[in-house]
Amino acid sequence: MATADEIRELMRTEGAAVAENTQGFNAGRYDSVADLKDYEELKQAARSIKEDAIEELPDLLDQLTETVEANGGTVYIADDAADANDYIRNVVDERAADRVVKSKSMTSEEIEVNDALEADGVDVVETDLGEWVLQVADEAPSHIVAPAIHKSRESIAELFNERFDPEEPLETAEELTRFARKKLGEQIIDAEVGITGANFITADTGTMALVTSEGNARKTVAATDTHVAVAGVEKVIPTVGDLHPFIELIGRSGTGQDITSYVSLLTPPVDTPVVDFTDDETPLSAFESDRDFHLVLIDNGRLEMRDDDHLRETLYCIRCSACSNSCANFQSVGGHAFGGETYSGGIATGWEAGIEGLDVAEEFNDLCTGCTRCVNACPVGIDIPWINTVVRDRINRDKDAPGEWLVDGLTPDEEDDGAPLQKRFFGNFETVAKLGSATAPVSNWLAGTTLSRRAMDQILGIDPRRDLPTFERETLVDWAASRDSQVAEPERRAVLYPDLYTNHVQVERGKAAVKVLESLGVDVVVPPAPSSGRAPLSQGMIATATDHAERVTETLGPHIEGGRDVVVIEPSDHAMFTREYERLIDEAAFTDIAENSYEVFEYVFGLLDNGASIDSLTTVEGAEIAYHSHCQQRTLGLEAHTVAVLEDCGYDVVTSDVECCGMAGSFGYKSDYYELSMDVGDRLRTQLRDDGVQDRPVVASGTSCLEQIDALLERQPRHPIELLAT
Amino acid sequence: MESKRASFEGALEALGVTVSSTAESELEAAVTEAVTEPAVGIALDETVGDEAFSLTETPVTVDPTPVALREATTGVTGAELGIGDYGSLVLSMTEAASELVSLFVERHVAILHEEDIQPDMDAAVAEVDERFNETGGSAIIATGPSATADMGALVKGAHGPREVHVIIVEEGV
Ligand code: SF4
Repeated sequence: MATADEIRELMRTEGAAVAENTQGFNAGRYDSVADLKDYEELKQAARSIKEDAIEELPDLLDQLTETVEANGGTVYIADDAADANDYIRNVVDERAADRVVKSKSMTSEEIEVNDALEADGVDVVETDLGEWVLQVADEAPSHIVAPAIHKSRESIAELFNERFDPEEPLETAEELTRFARKKLGEQIIDAEVGITGANFITADTGTMALVTSEGNARKTVAATDTHVAVAGVEKVIPTVGDLHPFIELIGRSGTGQDITSYVSLLTPPVDTPVVDFTDDETPLSAFESDRDFHLVLIDNGRLEMRDDDHLRETLYCIRCSACSNSCANFQSVGGHAFGGETYSGGIATGWEAGIEGLDVAEEFNDLCTGCTRCVNACPVGIDIPWINTVVRDRINRDKDAPGEWLVDGLTPDEEDDGAPLQKRFFGNFETVAKLGSATAPVSNWLAGTTLSRRAMDQILGIDPRRDLPTFERETLVDWAASRDSQVAEPERRAVLYPDLYTNHVQVERGKAAVKVLESLGVDVVVPPAPSSGRAPLSQGMIATATDHAERVTETLGPHIEGGRDVVVIEPSDHAMFTREYERLIDEAAFTDIAENSYEVFEYVFGLLDNGASIDSLTTVEGAEIAYHSHCQQRTLGLEAHTVAVLEDCGYDVVTSDVECCGMAGSFGYKSDYYELSMDVGDRLRTQLRDDGVQDRPVVASGTSCLEQIDALLERQPRHPIELLAT
Repeated sequence: MESKRASFEGALEALGVTVSSTAESELEAAVTEAVTEPAVGIALDETVGDEAFSLTETPVTVDPTPVALREATTGVTGAELGIGDYGSLVLSMTEAASELVSLFVERHVAILHEEDIQPDMDAAVAEVDERFNETGGSAIIATGPSATADMGALVKGAHGPREVHVIIVEEGV
């Protein structure tokens, strides 16, 4: 795991370049997919093609092998990296090649074929300009599509000037590109073997699609007489026609380009003549197109992933990088911290766990906070946070059981004994909160002492720079029990879910919600209910989370049956009920709670839409306000409801558009991640301090967002429901 | 038809690709105007499919030697299809080395029949699918000039051409 020191150092040295590039790609993605009128249909088509292809994989591999052989090529299916490298070394050796030129391929990096060939004395040249920069600098990629995003133009110029000592020092991007083009161009025409990857390979015709911009992959194939394509077995799809949705989606989803300059559809061996570039007598067409083709398909753990119900989805990944670019943590640290041996970003957890093992995935898996901002961005609809949760759970279980001391009482579920102490503390926050309210204010005083903060830091890894929540003596449930419903003839009846924070810490917003709902004619009850399981789920404690989910549905079930709607204030809990529970409980129970749950503003919006009068709420005339929605709320498409209701109430609303506030539940409390969390938060702070925004009161929907904004700004934020209560 | 062409030309313009149009009979003049010398090309009937197209009256060296190719500024080839919504060209790969001529140059001039403009990517992939399944082969969907952002800013002209020009051959003119 990257330590706080390593993360700090990476943010200092690479953070600015990574942030600028990834945020640029991410903004480009939003713009580019907005132009696509059938975006959702294309994503669904892409998803189902991949689902079916992985299902049919053994048959497709057989078909592809036959086709490629009929075309005049050779197929080799390699069990692992060593097997693949042996085969490729042999091909290069038989060709007696001195130089191999390569276009960018993650799979070739996975097997480290460069090292294998170089050990044989072969000159291996990366021809993608970004990869070449890294080869010259001897650095690892920081991004799966744009490998050198962590390097600024200045640092590349410095590198080239030092290494190559050109007559005129290189400075601009234009000069650097010309220089690289010339240098690499000479090496390409002089090479015997060209190695490429393949983004997709069609079983019907043996056609491989290569998605590139520079033209180096085209040259790598056209200028050499031996073509080796290296790809994971998961790249096979049935037909050329199936390429369509991917061609439209891959560039848009990744770097935000509608399409990259070149999508090569090669059916190797290709017909382009193999020419001698020094010949000044023979016309091009007089050269033979005598070319060998080897397709090396790599298993390396993939077929086992195919049999793994939770990791299988990883194989649908088309390596577009949307899950890196849309990730707030990735935007701050890049792939050198948020990545394993080869892959980086949210989906890297699946790849590295399947290919390298849990120990490699563990090094960076904690950086996924489960904010879900990548979920809608992924062109093949992979539930990337779920893969991260499952792998976290497996890592926890893989560990030796921790010492029996101190917070052992916080673990109600034997099964989750595996989780480390810090994870168990945050995962069982319900127990902490109950104790906290029962003993408030003593608990609050105790928690505030320097001595206990130091102990919390050392034992639980809770950063002393964070304010801890202040527990209220009277919980929301107690308050509600002590009063009578104010609605005589209710329009609707609801149960307000007392989430952990609303019940114990932010009790005021709970009271406001009850009052608002009552003003709109809703009869509200607030029964005691277990916490949603969000906290243990985010620590990878799936068994505990499942136990919560079952108890929640048991508690709320009778209310739903009795005709009550479930209204939820905390967006991360609403997302549990409507999204994550699908993974945890049986289908009927899930459908029941998911269909009857509403985020509080979604509910108010619906009431107003169905005839409730806005005059029953507190309205204003054009008061200015800034609103920060919540990551999971936005993924569910529920930001707009809050904005619409606030506007109906007369507010002039400005919204933030950062992907995450940085706090993400317990993430920002952890000593190792405090500074990263604040770096992510800094982008929100910048937006909230913009001209025209800086004097606006701030409202936010999520508990952790509220805590984070409180830490970021002088202005104390509130939940928007508190504005509406009369 | 008009709207396919209009959207194609609009997309090309957005990509920084220049366009000219010509009647079949005036093609040689259009090519002469579009190239920057030294220029090389491939025999057009290979890719454009019409014997009437010859580049003999132009400054273009047809079927050059490899050295002449490397010294050339412009490469002239046909394009199999145009794609209206993206401004892409589908370039076929033949034994006549169109791939080399369109790639190892600074300026690529592509000749496209107006009737080969497809409305969108879906239709273009369907065409390619049909051809590949019938006769095999390869193709490049080329959109604008080659480009890179790897050196700290977007630069046109990475390994491939930095300029692209499309000559649309109009029907029945
Ligand atoms: S998981 Fe999805 S978003 Fe991430 S790289 Fe793969 S395809 Fe793209």
